[in-house]
Amino acid sequence: MTDEDRIVLDNVSKFYGEVLGVNRVCLSIPPGITSLVGPNGAGKTTLLNLICGLLQPTKGSVRVLGLTVDDPDLMYSKLGYCSQFDAFPKGLTGLELIYGYLRVYGYGDQEAQKMAWSALETVNLTDAANRKVQAYSKGMRQRVKLAQAISHRPQILILDEPLNGLDPMARAEVIALFQKLAADGAHVLISSHILHEVDMISDRVILINNGYVVAEGNIHGVRDEMEEHPMQIMVRCDRPAAVAAKAFEQDHAVEVKVHEDGQGLMIRTRNADQFYLMLNRIVLDCNLTVEAVSPADDDVYSVYQYLIGTDGGRL
Amino acid sequence: MTTSFSDHVNHAWSLLSFWLKQVLAIMRLETKKSFVGRRLIAVYFLALAPVALLVIRAVAPLDPHELGTPGEAGMVFAVVFQTFVLRFSIFFGCMSIFTNLFRREVMERTLHFYLLSPVKREVLVVGKYFSGLIASITFFVGSTIACLLLVYLPYGGKYMEEFFMEGAGTEHLVTYASVAAMACIGYGAVFLLVGLYFRNPIVPAGLLLGWETINFLLPSFLQKISVVHYLQSMCPVPLPPGPLAIITEPTSAWVSVPGFIGLTILVILASAMQVRRLEVTYGTD
Repeated sequence: MTDEDRIVLDNVSKFYGEVLGVNRVCLSIPPGITSLVGPNGAGKTTLLNLICGLLQPTKGSVRVLGLTVDDPDLMYSKLGYCSQFDAFPKGLTGLELIYGYLRVYGYGDQEAQKMAWSALETVNLTDAANRKVQAYSKGMRQRVKLAQAISHRPQILILDEPLNGLDPMARAEVIALFQKLAADGAHVLISSHILHEVDMISDRVILINNGYVVAEGNIHGVRDEMEEHPMQIMVRCDRPAAVAAKAFEQDHAVEVKVHEDGQGLMIRTRNADQFYLMLNRIVLDCNLTVEAVSPADDDVYSVYQYLIGTDGGRL
Repeated sequence: MTTSFSDHVNHAWSLLSFWLKQVLAIMRLETKKSFVGRRLIAVYFLALAPVALLVIRAVAPLDPHELGTPGEAGMVFAVVFQTFVLRFSIFFGCMSIFTNLFRREVMERTLHFYLLSPVKREVLVVGKYFSGLIASITFFVGSTIACLLLVYLPYGGKYMEEFFMEGAGTEHLVTYASVAAMACIGYGAVFLLVGLYFRNPIVPAGLLLGWETINFLLPSFLQKISVVHYLQSMCPVPLPPGPLAIITEPTSAWVSVPGFIGLTILVILASAMQVRRLEVTYGTD
């Protein structure tokens, strides 16, 4: 995969006077869903705005599919952005908002009409198309922003807190839309506070804190690399004591807790792969009945807690 | 493979027509904002204030002595136009319209809709400038025409018919309307630039107003470094100079108009340079 297929940030720093926005960020983001996670003030919006070209880096360079903001006609025809700001040009209906900007993009009347209706249909907002945006509910405004961002069918969709204000049904629909866009080969870059949804939909995450990228990549890969935090694995089985005894024979086991119901255990290990091999052997040798084995801290939330923790700020 | 001259011409033409399409789309989006909204109350007031003054003069029962001759009415209009309309209404009206073209969108957090469109920022500046120009010309050329008609209204329909059909009325009307339009073009460009370079445009606008106001007291060469000098030079009825005024030869329209437009283009280019550097910093995470 070449840089022409990726969003590439090369040693990017952004300072607001003496205040740090982001510092020495190097990223190469492939297509798929990438989530940007971090506490308030971490630099998430700054990073998204740098990628969009709304901000210029103090140092370093940003290339989006090989393009820079010096070619706005090319770059912005491939990029859609849904900002976190609940603000719209005054006096416009949902349809006028999307149609009007599509005309600015250079589309003709008929084509812009068609694309605007299609975008509104995608976010289930056709019934309210001719109502003023100011009269929309919070969830509808969020959806019309999304419709505006996808109306020109961009290859890159950048979404700052796109799930805010959406009810559970709308959230599920929007997430399905992101997954469809990503499956079609688009880059979907999401900044979100809702970690369990990030975990559910993301192909990879970027964790950011105090302006620095603290981790990036596939969440399981990131978790595997965190050797200072032993992996927690939950096992539900009929003889947890036997598993615990065997586990303590291994030097990678740090802690084992047998569940109060006697039907399972939680193990903290420095080498999850060795533990799984050991568990296989026990199953074969001792005829152990295993109901479930699952990592307990192999998700965005746990990684976030380990790397950023509660000191990092409020989510 | 070599590219022929006609290919270059075709490419340039298609690029120009695409930019024109974008300018028109921007103007379409801006039009509503330019004419409707609470923010525009001041602009409506500035445009309608001289009209209201002359409506009172037109409907008030004045005896012929108080009313004066039609020739004196021409001077009444020249005073109203050159002192009130040009130096006050159009100046502050353009300040309100043009300084807010970008500032308002930053304050309302909507500028990113434009900045994230595949439109060159220079094209955006031109689109916004023309939308401001349409609004200001509608307000102030309309106000100027209404004022001129109202000045002659008390002399009756017959006189007005003669003056506008056979006399100098139509020429005066067209000239004053053109001067008002030129004022919108010039002040519009200046205030677009001021709105982009200064966080608070009141201070530079105040300095500019001061310069334009004391202009008639300055040496000739300094008088020519002002918008109002060229506008007054184009007016058909000159105002009598005050006792302190330094008399300066009016500049010919053949020099004023192209110079004015040239300067406007330069100012718009300077605005475009600033917009190229513009960053959206209206929010943080």
